[in-house]
Amino acid sequence: MEDDAPVIYGLEFQARALTAQTAETDAVRFLVGTQSLKFDNQIHIIDFDDENNIINKNVLLHQAGEIWHIGASPADKAVLTTCYNKTSDSRVVSCAAVWRMPSDWETGNHESPDESAHNPQTLELLCHLDDSTHGNAACVLWEPMGDGKRMISLADNHALLWDLQESSTQATVSSTATLEGKGQLKFTSGKWSPHHNCSQLATANDTAIRGWDLRTMSQIYCIENAHGQLVRDLDFNPNRQYYLASCGDDCKVKFWDVRSVQEPVKTLEEHSHWVWSVRYNHSHDQLVLTASSDSRLILSNMVSISSEPFGHLVDDEELSEGEELHQEDKGKEPLKDSVVSTYEEHEDSVYAAEWSSADPWLFASLSYDGRLVINRVPRALKYRILL
Amino acid sequence: MDEGSVPVAEDPGRRRRVHGMLKIYYGLNEEGKAPEQPESLDPCDINGPHFDPELYLNKLRRECSLTELMDQETCMVRQIRSLDSDMQTLVYENYNKFISATDTIRKMKNDFKKMEDEMDCLSANMAAITEFSARISGTLQDQHAQITKLSGVHTLLRKLQFLFELPARLNKCLELQAYAQAVNTHRRARCVLQQYSHLPSFKGIQDDCHAIMDKLAQELRQKFRDGGSSAKDLSECVELLLQLDEPAEELCDKFLSHARSRLESDLQGLEAEIRPYPSTATKDASAHGLSSATAPGSPTDGSPKNSSLPSPASNTDILEFIDRGCNEFVSSLCLVITSYQELFINHAQKGELASKNIPQMANGKLHAFVDDLAARYFMLVERRIQEEKGVGDNSLLVRALDRFHRRLQAVAKLLPGSAVPNKGTEIVIRAATERVKQYLSALQSFYMDSLTDVRQALATPRLSVAGTSVAGPASGRDAPTSLPELLSSLSASILNQIKSVLASVHLFTAKDITFSNKPYFKGEFCSQGVRESLVVSFIKFVCQSSRQFCETAGDKGGSTPPALLLLLSRLCLEYETSTISYILTLTDEQFLVQHHSPVTPVTTLCAEAREAAQKLLNHYVKVQGLIISQMLRKSVETRDWVNTIEPRNVRAVMKRVVEDTTSIDVQVGLLYEEGVRKAHSSDSSKRTFSVYSSSRQQARYAASYTPSAPMDTNLLSNIHKLFSERIDIFSSVEFNKVSVMTGIIKISLKTFLECVRLRTFGRYGLQQIQVDCHYLQMYLWRFVSDENLVHFLLDEIVGSAAHRCLDPAPMEQSVIEVICERG
Repeated sequence: MEDDAPVIYGLEFQARALTAQTAETDAVRFLVGTQSLKFDNQIHIIDFDDENNIINKNVLLHQAGEIWHIGASPADKAVLTTCYNKTSDSRVVSCAAVWRMPSDWETGNHESPDESAHNPQTLELLCHLDDSTHGNAACVLWEPMGDGKRMISLADNHALLWDLQESSTQATVSSTATLEGKGQLKFTSGKWSPHHNCSQLATANDTAIRGWDLRTMSQIYCIENAHGQLVRDLDFNPNRQYYLASCGDDCKVKFWDVRSVQEPVKTLEEHSHWVWSVRYNHSHDQLVLTASSDSRLILSNMVSISSEPFGHLVDDEELSEGEELHQEDKGKEPLKDSVVSTYEEHEDSVYAAEWSSADPWLFASLSYDGRLVINRVPRALKYRILL
Repeated sequence: MDEGSVPVAEDPGRRRRVHGMLKIYYGLNEEGKAPEQPESLDPCDINGPHFDPELYLNKLRRECSLTELMDQETCMVRQIRSLDSDMQTLVYENYNKFISATDTIRKMKNDFKKMEDEMDCLSANMAAITEFSARISGTLQDQHAQITKLSGVHTLLRKLQFLFELPARLNKCLELQAYAQAVNTHRRARCVLQQYSHLPSFKGIQDDCHAIMDKLAQELRQKFRDGGSSAKDLSECVELLLQLDEPAEELCDKFLSHARSRLESDLQGLEAEIRPYPSTATKDASAHGLSSATAPGSPTDGSPKNSSLPSPASNTDILEFIDRGCNEFVSSLCLVITSYQELFINHAQKGELASKNIPQMANGKLHAFVDDLAARYFMLVERRIQEEKGVGDNSLLVRALDRFHRRLQAVAKLLPGSAVPNKGTEIVIRAATERVKQYLSALQSFYMDSLTDVRQALATPRLSVAGTSVAGPASGRDAPTSLPELLSSLSASILNQIKSVLASVHLFTAKDITFSNKPYFKGEFCSQGVRESLVVSFIKFVCQSSRQFCETAGDKGGSTPPALLLLLSRLCLEYETSTISYILTLTDEQFLVQHHSPVTPVTTLCAEAREAAQKLLNHYVKVQGLIISQMLRKSVETRDWVNTIEPRNVRAVMKRVVEDTTSIDVQVGLLYEEGVRKAHSSDSSKRTFSVYSSSRQQARYAASYTPSAPMDTNLLSNIHKLFSERIDIFSSVEFNKVSVMTGIIKISLKTFLECVRLRTFGRYGLQQIQVDCHYLQMYLWRFVSDENLVHFLLDEIVGSAAHRCLDPAPMEQSVIEVICERG
């Protein structure tokens, strides 16, 4: 068998929210938040045992409401944020909160897995990230590679920068930015740039992408009409500081150089419906994952705009001699931008896809019907990138 | 004698005869083959050479009985007798022959004797004749010698007289201007005078002659220099001068420089006509490079000016210009060439001068002269041709070029090895290719202009879908009438334009045009020039520009009216199915294209057109789908679905969706065929549909509403999905109405679904969605190829809404129907 078969895990509820447990770098672990209006919502902690190809799950209750977005702290494995809908007095309100997993969820699970399924433990609320004046929260972003003290929440047309204090039990808004304009402007998505000392933020509203400087909380660039229709998601290239990927309802994935925003650097048009999520691989930025409501997940190899456009960097040293250079050139040339693989295991719209934080060759995708699929980068490509 | 000799000869004779016979017998055998019979050595063989009668007798006696012996004996006697008679006959015959031979010999001897006597008599007579003849010649010899001497003296005297009279005669000739006679006379005497010039008297004559001839030469030169005299005079003049040992080279040069000055004035006249335009680089004959470098540049600078105003230079049209060039320059050039050849080449070849390499030298000079002047002439012509920008009337240019080319043929005939005609042909070829390029750009701009017209036509009476959304269904009915008309008028006008351009270009290859039978115009011009760079390029341009509509409009959204996309798509499709092959066949027929070089095959172009058509149609579907999606999306996003009131009506936006879909359907139906539907269930009317839908939806609601069964819902929908094919939303459509409509509806409904999933619903919110979906189902099924697709998507929508509902209490199916029916 050339590649391992995908591993599929079914949730009982519909789900949209997926994240890798960012602080965990040893185990492959994903967090999934469910959406159910009638039952207690859950957070599924899904461990993947790569060697045995087995999934272990643990369930924590999230009783506050259905989960629309989930984010894991980059510093503390046990801390996470959710954006959830709360229904009260026939009003639906979006809230955000910081949670801590109960300390013994893991051990408890090991002793009696069956029991834990029946009696799931509940998340421990650390603090609300609510500010009623600022409207409904769309997502919460942790400071990338930070100490787990700073985060940004996007609520309607505000971006709020929070500082967590007193072992995360208290959150205060340190600064805010507001998007002004005609009509009801609303952030749909955002991404905190890992570059420039984490001083930049990119947000999407309608068809525009905006960059913000967090020190002054002012707009630094704006890509008007980045997509023909709504922009659904963004991601920063982890290795090239000016490169940004975006996706949206025009079925396209676009790659931008934020220094010149007139034209995208590259456009992919592989999906046949809206693209909901785009993710760069954390270490090999030529690998880009896109999830779409055409029920497909596509892994693309964008060599030409990656940080290693001519293969691995080590090659440069090896190529010091002329003969080798010639030989190597022949061998390395044919890497071109291409779709590596299309994954069709889902049968409903795929709203989220994430790379594992522990294994760069592993990724998970989540479709609305609650199906989580864990896949690997094809081996041939993996070796090609590595060797 | 008979009786006696026979028995004597009998014994040995018989022996010999036997042997002879055997010899004959074996001789034959010896010649042919080796002795066949080994028995011949047998002494008992009566016919063998070694026959021994004793042995034979003994043998017989020993072996045979008496009767046998008797028989043997009679047989042998009979044989002996017959042999004997044979021999007698032979001997008799031989004897007779011998007798007659003896007689003949005797007679011959007598005849020879007589002949010998007659021969003796003849030889005596001959001797007598010889003697007489010798005597006569001896007597006549003296007189003969004297006569010879006298005649010699006479001739000499006459020659001397001629010489003495020569100066006087030459003078007289000079007076009478009979130059030819003078030269002729002098030539006859020249050698003699030269030979005897050491004698004083002859020397005097020679000097006189020289003086006279010098004068004559002077006069001739003067006459030549004047040049006003007729060609015949001139040629006589040159001929005489040549005979007088005048250096031929000098004469050539003089002649040519004389001609040059006349031709130059012609050229300047021509130049004056185009002078006002580029005033640089006119005088310099050496400025070839310069003028050719500026020429392409300057017309482009001034081209917009040219197209609007008649260029200042072309106050005389090109035909006039070429005419003038031909009549003045080319014809005088021809005259010069003819007379020059007459004088220096043809004449020289006849006379003794040929040996002096004069023809070669003269020919070389002539070629250089012609090439130089022709080059300047060509430069002027080319400059003039480049000024021809307007593509209106091609015949004028073709006629001008034809005349230009035809006149150069005369030069070609006169001067076989010259490069002039080739260069002329090159100019014609360049002009032709330039023309083809101009036509291509004219075609392209015509196409773009007609597109702009179409666009305006679409925009003005509010025909596009954007228009219908404002003006309602009434305009939706107006638009259609003009769409096919627009399409047919567009395609007809393009086709006409192509045809007229082809007709214009065809002039280049008309039979009566001299250059049309050049290999270039027969082959390359037709295939590469007209077919490839004109027709094929234009078709490619059409496809290309169509594709650009998809790309440019993609991001900005709707800069191109959707109706135009649809129209162009249909146009490209028509090109694919018929027009391209028609145009190319037309071209091939008109130009009898022989494909020496590889040409773009029809199939490639068709594929390209089809691709463009497909792209346009896909884009049309996308644009229309997005317009409807946008409506649906806004309607879902802006409503508070939790706190909505109980549905009483179908929401207006749904009606709008159905209206728009209907008008799109009408629009598409005007240009595309219906297409194939999957077989409907026997009556797909809304009534049966509602039963179908209610039963299915009820089942699904039942599953999702029972509180204990969240899994069941998933299971149910998953199982359902297992059996339905995956739906590609933004996928390629086929060239028919149903497929297009299916595509648009798919996009719209999928958007609806995704938007519903992002919202939370109250009880009445769900019910409203139910009503809306039912309404959509009532009207949309008829547009799509597979109604199950609509059912499936709408089920998904209602199902998702139910999932997202806080208080899922579905509305009664009957109530839904009532509401929908009410409208």
